[in-house]
Amino acid sequence: MSNTEINVEKLTAKDFSSGIDVRWCPGCGDYSILAQVQRTLPNIENIEKEKVVWVSGIGCSSRFPYYMGTYGFHGIHGRAPAIATGLKIARPDLTVWVATGDGDLLSIGGNHFIHACRKNIDLKIILFNNQIYGLTKGQYSPTSEKGKVTKTSPYGSVDYPFNATSLALGSNASFVARTIDREPKHMAEMIDRAAAHKGLAFIEVYQNCPIFNDGTFSELTEKDTKEDNVVILEHGKPMVFGKNKEKGIKLEGFHPVIVDLNDPKNSIDDCLVHNEKDDSLIRGFILAHLTDSPDMPTPIGVFRQRIKPTYDEAMVEQIDQVTKKKGKGSLEKLLFTQNTWEVK
Amino acid sequence: MSEVREIQEKHIDEVTVRFAGDSGDGMQLTGTQFSDTTAVVGNDLSTLPDYPAEIRAPAGTLYGVSGFQLHFSSSDIHTPGDVPDVLVAMNPAALKKNLSELKRSGLIIVNSDSFDKKNLKLAEYESNPLEDGSLSGFDVMDIPITTLTYAALEDTELSQKEKSRCKNFFALGLMYWLYNRPMEPTIDWIEKKFKNKPQFIDANEKALKAGYNFGDITERFATRYTIEPAKLKPGIYRNISGNEATALGFVVAAEKAGLNLFLGSYPITPASDILQYLSNYKEFGVKTFQAEDEIAGIASAIGAAFGGNLAITTTSGPGLALKTEATGLAVMTELPLVIVNVQRGGPSTGLPTKTEQADLLQSMYGRNGESPVAIVAAATPSDCFNMAIEASRLALTYMSPVILLTDGYLANGSEPWNIPAVDSIPEIPVKFHTEVENYHSYSRDEKLARPWAIPGTKGLEHRIGGLEKANITGDVSYDPDNHFEMVKLREEKIQKMKDSIPDLEVEGDKDAEILVIGWGGTYGAIKEAVIHTRKKGYKVAQAHFKFIHPFPKNTEEVLRKYKHVLLPEINLGQLAKVLKSEFLIPIEQFNVVRGLPFRVGDIENKIIDVLGGSNE
Repeated sequence: MSNTEINVEKLTAKDFSSGIDVRWCPGCGDYSILAQVQRTLPNIENIEKEKVVWVSGIGCSSRFPYYMGTYGFHGIHGRAPAIATGLKIARPDLTVWVATGDGDLLSIGGNHFIHACRKNIDLKIILFNNQIYGLTKGQYSPTSEKGKVTKTSPYGSVDYPFNATSLALGSNASFVARTIDREPKHMAEMIDRAAAHKGLAFIEVYQNCPIFNDGTFSELTEKDTKEDNVVILEHGKPMVFGKNKEKGIKLEGFHPVIVDLNDPKNSIDDCLVHNEKDDSLIRGFILAHLTDSPDMPTPIGVFRQRIKPTYDEAMVEQIDQVTKKKGKGSLEKLLFTQNTWEVK
Repeated sequence: MSEVREIQEKHIDEVTVRFAGDSGDGMQLTGTQFSDTTAVVGNDLSTLPDYPAEIRAPAGTLYGVSGFQLHFSSSDIHTPGDVPDVLVAMNPAALKKNLSELKRSGLIIVNSDSFDKKNLKLAEYESNPLEDGSLSGFDVMDIPITTLTYAALEDTELSQKEKSRCKNFFALGLMYWLYNRPMEPTIDWIEKKFKNKPQFIDANEKALKAGYNFGDITERFATRYTIEPAKLKPGIYRNISGNEATALGFVVAAEKAGLNLFLGSYPITPASDILQYLSNYKEFGVKTFQAEDEIAGIASAIGAAFGGNLAITTTSGPGLALKTEATGLAVMTELPLVIVNVQRGGPSTGLPTKTEQADLLQSMYGRNGESPVAIVAAATPSDCFNMAIEASRLALTYMSPVILLTDGYLANGSEPWNIPAVDSIPEIPVKFHTEVENYHSYSRDEKLARPWAIPGTKGLEHRIGGLEKANITGDVSYDPDNHFEMVKLREEKIQKMKDSIPDLEVEGDKDAEILVIGWGGTYGAIKEAVIHTRKKGYKVAQAHFKFIHPFPKNTEEVLRKYKHVLLPEINLGQLAKVLKSEFLIPIEQFNVVRGLPFRVGDIENKIIDVLGGSNE
């Protein structure tokens, strides 16, 4: 008898499509995310489609579950992490994904996001960050840059933006990554890594909104500029970038500086070596905040991965321990507890 | 030497005692211990804890006074009593705050040690009431409780401060002597509570016994009282508060439905106890999620309901307001969910520790769109158990959110509970949908419930959410006719519940001239008022609503039978508004909103008033 006799049907991207017409605007970065998710999930080992659930909030990104051939829950604005948390705690056997946007997750849903990270609920959260409110037709979002002119900020926004990756790191998310809608291979790798991670996995996807915020990430995506503006983080590898990998990032104290590797005074050995398992959060924050400086490249990749028990696991373990100690609950015992008396 | 003292043993039917002191004096504990012991000796009882929202307000001040009222009797009683017969006041502020409510010529036991210059000033007394004759109408026992407690604990190694903390046990011991109660239940409790602190077991027991012996051997008390056990229905009883009964009800409901119980909740007074109780029942597989906020409390419960758990969320008024939008999501997704609202004084933060019934309209109508939910309400502390099960049954049977209304009085008040046999509680049949053929997420059974197909079921992958659904298929639909149909269907489903809820029961005179109706925690006060007025010769009947949305089938028929319908409510007339608009029946209202339960006497007077005044 060999295992090959068991007829395991290999799932394909099509199995992960609900088959209904996708209704995002033409050219929207969301298409790319949907395609990568549908392509990546079938490759996950032992995946059972019926055990995958996509939960979302409100916004363009949150239509995502309708297009997936899995179970799905289109929630209310900002609450996707909380709905997903309850589902995962109730049903630890499920794989729960959250599709959300910058307004949904970081504005109205900010509280749920940081607490889901803090508690290490085993959720996979994909943030579709287009730095604008799209579904309400173009107001600035909590990730829009200061000074942005939108319908609600005709003279320029006076808000300071959130750095989503930094917020996730600060909330102690156990897996934090960033990618770009126009880098499908990289995105697929991040999705794959997140899926394999046990614990809260957060992926920030820089995503273009062709209608209300077109080109906001173009420096990171256009052929002639992207190599100078994006640094790809790879565990154990020095941080180098540029068309010919001629630039590196070095730390001087806590200050990141760019070094010219063409200059013989500098060596690749001086460059910061990426360590996603770093105990300290400090380097992670420095990397997340490279985007604060216009001269620095934007890092993409896995910023941090920590392995620690998840909330849902810990809860099941506690229930098992108490049940072992006390024995399985009996209603008789529960109701007829001490201090009873009989009336005859 | 030992001269036998003459103590008069007096049998009485009932008494109302109020313990009052600083919020740090342990009055809630003293009252609870006295109640539990009183329950064990077989009296009927009803309690009213009344404490400030401040945890430890400055000692000695009027706003720091915490009280616990207890009515116990050798017969059936229904309220914590209108006016105390006995006041135990641990300091001047406690005396001042409670004196006006004490019965004329009632007994006052005070800790005279606390009546010093500083405490008198804090209580805003210009002269010492123990000396200035202002208490001449009462029977005053001024006892140096602090001094006597110190003396009893002389040979212990506790600090003065720790010794002082034992004085509530001295007072409790004295009251046990006065009302002929055994000390054993409290001694057992002390031994369990301070298992790891033997010095406190010793000290508290000594203080308790010293109080008891003080009554026994000094000559201050000439009379000792006995209250015979009440002739309650045969059965096994325990004393239970509304919040504990609610928690137990859900554990039982989940077991009876064969489901796991999930509670998503955020701590809020006076509902937190339910979360606390349920956090203990891990051996039943109960999962309690203390969420980051009220919204996450309900949102997580909705997620758990989608996953196939019996999902509940617990809160009080301000929290219900925060859960509004998510409640609508549960309506739209037609998932079973129970929302418990332990009502407190509002609006806004209002009176966190006081009771009120002013969230009925919020529960009925407080959502966007036509968003019907079922509403049920518990009538007494122990009835919270039944109504938690009923709420769960309706939610699971009809795939609908259900709001269970209790209130601060029911939640913290307690009464003897005739514990039902586990087998006598019916099962709640629940079946997850598994058939792939012809599955539609919004198809409906004869009860109009949609199928519950949970993630993990192969072939039934589907998507639900807050957007309007096409009837049957469950696809997103913006079709005008479909929307109208769904709006009607959602309400119709709630009305269908009428088929499975009991008729409105009428107690009292068959030929009554007046029907007194009510809902929720006012049951006991109304019942007692009806009994009293009937004794006076008035023809009175009572009907109490436990099911408010939908109303029981016979509601209109019952309401039309009587010349007068009177509805006392601790709000400005919320149920009256709903009943009037639904049945176009004139209703006399009686509304008192003081953060306290109704006084029986007030309802009595209103009944007589409606009937045209005294018949004597």
